[in-house]
Amino acid sequence: MYRYDEFDAAYVKDRVNTFRGQVNRRIDGSLTEDEFKPLRLMNGLYLQLHAYMLRVAIPYGTLSSRQMRALAMIASKWDKGYGHLTTRQNIQYNWPALKDVPDILDALADVEMHAIQTSGNCIRNVTADHFAGAAADEIEDPRPTAEIIRQWSTEHPEFLYLPRKFKIAVTGSPNDRAVTKAHDIGLRMVRNDTGEAGYEVIVGGGLGRSPFVGKVVRDFLPKSDLLPYLEAILRVYNLHGRRDNKYKARIKILVHETGIEDLRAMVEREFEQLDGPSVALAEEEVARIEAYFAPPVFAKLPQHSSALEQAKKADAEFAAWVETNTDAHKQSGYTIVTVSAKAIGEAPGDLTTAQMDVLADIAEQYGHDELRISHEQNVILPHVRLDDLRIVHAALADAGLATANANLISDIIACPGLDYCALATARSIPVAQDIQQRFADPVRAKAIGEFKIKISGCINACGHHHVGHVGILGLEKAGIENYQITLGGDHTETTAIGDRAGPGFAFEQVGPAIERLVDAYISLRANDNERFLDTYRRLGLEPFKTALYDNERTAA
Amino acid sequence: MSKLFKPKIVSANDLFAGDVVYMNPGFGWTRKLAEAAIAHNEEAAADLLAKAMPQQEKVVGPYLADVALDDDGRPFPTHFREKFRTRGPSNRTDLGKQSVNPERREPLAASGGI
Repeated sequence: MYRYDEFDAAYVKDRVNTFRGQVNRRIDGSLTEDEFKPLRLMNGLYLQLHAYMLRVAIPYGTLSSRQMRALAMIASKWDKGYGHLTTRQNIQYNWPALKDVPDILDALADVEMHAIQTSGNCIRNVTADHFAGAAADEIEDPRPTAEIIRQWSTEHPEFLYLPRKFKIAVTGSPNDRAVTKAHDIGLRMVRNDTGEAGYEVIVGGGLGRSPFVGKVVRDFLPKSDLLPYLEAILRVYNLHGRRDNKYKARIKILVHETGIEDLRAMVEREFEQLDGPSVALAEEEVARIEAYFAPPVFAKLPQHSSALEQAKKADAEFAAWVETNTDAHKQSGYTIVTVSAKAIGEAPGDLTTAQMDVLADIAEQYGHDELRISHEQNVILPHVRLDDLRIVHAALADAGLATANANLISDIIACPGLDYCALATARSIPVAQDIQQRFADPVRAKAIGEFKIKISGCINACGHHHVGHVGILGLEKAGIENYQITLGGDHTETTAIGDRAGPGFAFEQVGPAIERLVDAYISLRANDNERFLDTYRRLGLEPFKTALYDNERTAA
Repeated sequence: MSKLFKPKIVSANDLFAGDVVYMNPGFGWTRKLAEAAIAHNEEAAADLLAKAMPQQEKVVGPYLADVALDDDGRPFPTHFREKFRTRGPSNRTDLGKQSVNPERREPLAASGGI
């Protein structure tokens, strides 16, 4: 894992002290709210519906046990005993008091964490594949790239006041688990004809009010050109991005209005003109950063674990969990565990203090001290021995963390919605909870198979509803909550924006509508292995629209 | 046709705790909607808001919100957003205003920040 050097540590502590002074001046009346608001936002502090909310960055989703324990301590000491994992690998505290926030930031700095650039029109927390460094399908670990970008973008003087916020995601695998095509810039590690690793650079993706799938601006970028090329894109955006209309200010609109060909020409021209060597990171510095992400020392183990096979035979529930919540590791005898933060009936992504502590303990004892936060609001144990799965599962189960639902219908992404968020137009969490309850039966959920429901409580789409197999968007209509359903979205390398099915549903009608949709899918699928998304692609909207709407009329 | 005026209250968030507060008839702040000052016409509403705006050392973002009145003349929210603001997260009834016994009327001075 990356460790702060003296400069990093001093910088973060300095920022905390600066913010402490700003908070004190707000409290004693020296600063007005208009003056203070941009300062608190630069430090991740929002004012939400019922309280302040502090958004803490978890760069590329990677945490050590020590950091997880610090997050638990903060939740317990200064908040209400829980934290919320977000779709951009952040954790949010929903109830901090203003006066305590500098102390929280100090506690974060002690474990090399911060809330800098988790808000504002700057380059936000750089996200990455949550299986980074572990996945069997990986070309290279994307985290050194993400860390290099984090260092370059932190307080980059040219890019702190962009037309709008700017989000970058990196994947090292051809199987995109980082939603790179829905980011302002997405980087996909690829190899060229000579076998050299570099990046496919995608630009102008985004969800929100105007969803766009990102477009390839460069097929192959050598790794050494990473920062100069990003600098060129950001300069073009900074100069030409719209500042006249907040809703048209993201780079996706610039790409859309300019056209990818012209934009590419502008970027390449800027790239040629700028002083590349002064921007690029020296080879030795790249090597220094890469060294932090060297894989742990793995034991030499056989591919097959007889202890695991015996345990699976003895315990069907455990076997089901192994099947859904583990993924192929690049190292023989190891696996990647997805810890579901989606227990049936709980708010997606909420973790209690006790759960955070248990996860830290497990990671320390059985997981090479590493944890990841996924954009799907789950926790990953990236390096677990197959031989240890039984004991890890038991420890997770004791903490209510062993729900066997990764990628299934109850593994729902949901933004905080109107239960917390000041921007929301409708609730998300209770909609997710209702759907989870309806599909609580693990046998039924398993039979349905991969089924990605993503829920947003407003048009800003923090819940990624556009790219859900089923997307649910909560809006206000005539003074009540109303939910639009989209179908056929895809968040992977074959990114697609879902199609709107038709008129929205009232809050209590959403669950029954999803039930009808699932019933229709089960009766229409070609075989048990055809996912909902594949059936949808084969048959189109019509039969599912019928299920959503016609049956409703019949039932009424 | 003259537009029918809907009664209004001024709401904001407490600067220190960030929780929901309402302006009371003495132009101070209360955490209980039942104790909020009610404006029955445009002029009174504008006056209430004008009294709230300079109080930045106590509250953040004061604004006017519609209310309806029950038979006893007490205000209740007409919009679901405001309804949630009087309670707290609907998925966590152990948190927010709803977690406090509504019968227990805390002295404002003890409830922090105001």
